[in-house]
Amino acid sequence: MLTYLYAIGRVPLEPPDRPGVDAEPPRVIVEDGFAAVVGSVAPARFDEAALAHDLEDLRRVEELARAHHRLVAALPGDGPVAPVRLATIYRDDDGVRRLLRERATELGALLDRLGTCREWGVKMWSPPRPAADAQPVPADAERPGTSYLMRRRAARDADAHRRAQGTELAEHVHRTLSRLAVAARRLAPQDAVLSGRTEEMLLNATYLVRREDEAAFTAAVAGAGASGAEIVRTGPWPPFSFATVDDP
Amino acid sequence: MTTSGGIPVPARSRAPDHRQESTNLADILERVLDKGIVIAGDIRVNLLDIELLTIKIRLLVASVDKAREMGIDWWEHDPTLSSGQRDVLEENRRLRERVGALEAERTREQP
Repeated sequence: MLTYLYAIGRVPLEPPDRPGVDAEPPRVIVEDGFAAVVGSVAPARFDEAALAHDLEDLRRVEELARAHHRLVAALPGDGPVAPVRLATIYRDDDGVRRLLRERATELGALLDRLGTCREWGVKMWSPPRPAADAQPVPADAERPGTSYLMRRRAARDADAHRRAQGTELAEHVHRTLSRLAVAARRLAPQDAVLSGRTEEMLLNATYLVRREDEAAFTAAVAGAGASGAEIVRTGPWPPFSFATVDDP
Repeated sequence: MTTSGGIPVPARSRAPDHRQESTNLADILERVLDKGIVIAGDIRVNLLDIELLTIKIRLLVASVDKAREMGIDWWEHDPTLSSGQRDVLEENRRLRERVGALEAERTREQP
């Protein structure tokens, strides 16, 4: 069996009561005060050849991503836990033990930085475009060509204006929320195919927030929603977006 | 056809009792696929980035006629694709080229 690594925390850390990516029960490897949450997965499904094949299958990618996230999200939140990227796999438990020993300094610093903060996502979309017949320029029966062009120009100007306003609003919201967070990251706007949304995405950002600041953060998100743009908060997430160490 | 929570596929290819998970797939992928501690494991994997993944999802449902037959019409709600079938074909051609280029690049990177 191979050892699939989900997350790293400090002892004591109980494995969650959730099946892993291979439907296996998760367990904990302890070394040097660190606790690694792992699962034993079958080489037939998780060695290099199997993964190279499976990761071409988008349904399989979805299954793996959801199972990985579900397990990490089920870990207790009373101590720092650093989530590990999808599909980090070792030949055996010794590989994980070696990692915990060799990278102890960086891992310790990362866990100190994360503390018990949680990650909250914030997504903002522009309000739906007003109906075309709401344009202010009236049709002129005498000069249909001119009035058509004027309507076109008015519509284009209104679009540009709306876009500029949206960008400005997104910057403002992001600055406000960043002040209530330990760290903030902007993510790429989501593609309509994956998000299922067609309005323009003004903001896709994620914030690392201390527990004691969560109420203020939530209130600030609600306040931003009063501006007319649609704003959605997601989470709490395990701090995936802030669990970074440099890979040597 | 489902687009809200998962990878778009014709509804009938899902098991009848499949429950749509509430957490948005895009939100999950941009975290577990793109973030989290990056440690080189013993098993070498090549995770697609989200952009490439999205392109592949588009290609998956790229055959317009076939998709219509199956009742898939998501592109009609996609602003980048909504101005007619010709644009869809053009978009597909562009995406295919892009995937080809990215795959060639990937092959060059790992001899």
